Amino acid sequence: MAEQQIAKTLLSANQLTCIREERILFDELSFEITAGEIVQIEGPNGSGKTSLLRILAGLSRPYAGEVYYQGEDITRNRDEYNDDLLYLGHLAGVKTELTAEENLNFNLRISGYDEFDTRGILAKVNLAGFEEALAGHLSAGQHRRTALARLWHTNCKIWLLDEPFTAIDKKGVEELEHIFLDHAKRGGCVILTTHQDMGIIGDDILRKISLEYRFV
Amino acid sequence: MKKGISFRQAFFTLLKRDLQIAIRHKGDIFNPLLFFILVVTLFPLGIGPEPQVLSRVAPGVIWVAALLASMLSLERLFKADFVDGSLEQMLLSPQPLPLMVLAKVLAHWILTGVPLILVAPLLAVLLHLDDNSYGALMATLALGTPVLSLLGAIGVALTVGLHKGGVLLSLLILPLYIPVLIFATSAIDASSLNLPYSGHLAIIGAMLVGSLILAPFAIGASLRVSTN
Repeated sequence: MAEQQIAKTLLSANQLTCIREERILFDELSFEITAGEIVQIEGPNGSGKTSLLRILAGLSRPYAGEVYYQGEDITRNRDEYNDDLLYLGHLAGVKTELTAEENLNFNLRISGYDEFDTRGILAKVNLAGFEEALAGHLSAGQHRRTALARLWHTNCKIWLLDEPFTAIDKKGVEELEHIFLDHAKRGGCVILTTHQDMGIIGDDILRKISLEYRFV
Repeated sequence: MKKGISFRQAFFTLLKRDLQIAIRHKGDIFNPLLFFILVVTLFPLGIGPEPQVLSRVAPGVIWVAALLASMLSLERLFKADFVDGSLEQMLLSPQPLPLMVLAKVLAHWILTGVPLILVAPLLAVLLHLDDNSYGALMATLALGTPVLSLLGAIGVALTVGLHKGGVLLSLLILPLYIPVLIFATSAIDASSLNLPYSGHLAIIGAMLVGSLILAPFAIGASLRVSTN
């Protein structure tokens, strides 16, 4: 279905410049991301991958340039953009004092969903049996999975994922790749950073945006 | 997968989560309360047990202790959320940010302000507070402590990204706390002389309404700046 549609631009970056600690991370970076794309932002440590994702999410302001969501500046129609955006950063946003189930329940409700089956979703990310465990007592991978569980119940089109595979086992990475592909087929887009090679999403599907480490 | 959460439900979801976390982390509730009780009980030991002296300083001592206790507890309002990434998620949630912020401040007030209001009359007995003044004490605390939480939250939101923001936080918000302190203590003084104090209460009430309406927007904007 997605192929037949005229490729729709979901997100576009216009002449983005980012300066951190008096170092230019990238300047005049422009690109367009259309529905159905899976984009990997690659580059060495310190090249500005996380900064770029945070700018795309609207968490940081770029030094210059704008980000447009469906043709509108994201700083102007933030509510509409946030409604269609799922961002998972370096930090998982999982409360260690709450159980896995409570965390997921809260995350989904605050994203606006009111009917869902938390246990069913947790089972999909291999957390069946850990619903009542405090997130602080879970392993790093399980902690990450608690945050990633949101991907199984969302209708946001734009996924911005910062290192989603950190601490996830091989089988988990495959499952995530499958869900990215499904999401892309449904007309969404995935923008992620990772240093890991992906097995299922081949180079023919994956689009890469490369950032370089600069010394100036 | 339809989105059907009303603003009210989102507000109570966040409020409930914050209360739940605090209940599992009981130290956060008891620390400011303990500080309040300790400061007030040390005063009679320090300045002697004469009822006249104590009842003269009682309003000031109770209010200063409440103010410092409230400031002591402020820092944890957004810090934990900032450290574990929940704050970013809150900023990016489709719910209006001022509403979310208000839920967090309300949770903070329930956990730190309400216990102070509840123990204040007991501590007032220790300080021989004038019998006429109990009503005024409770009324000023009930109206004043939410103002402290709301104004303090602006300062916390501005300093949440800093590693050692504590000193800066005190410098930022103490000047804003002073009007509340002045009107609250003078209301209690007036009541001990059997004078009407509704004017003082009205001013504290106006501060409460003003900060209730404006502070959530200021806090939201400050959080966006701090996480930049």
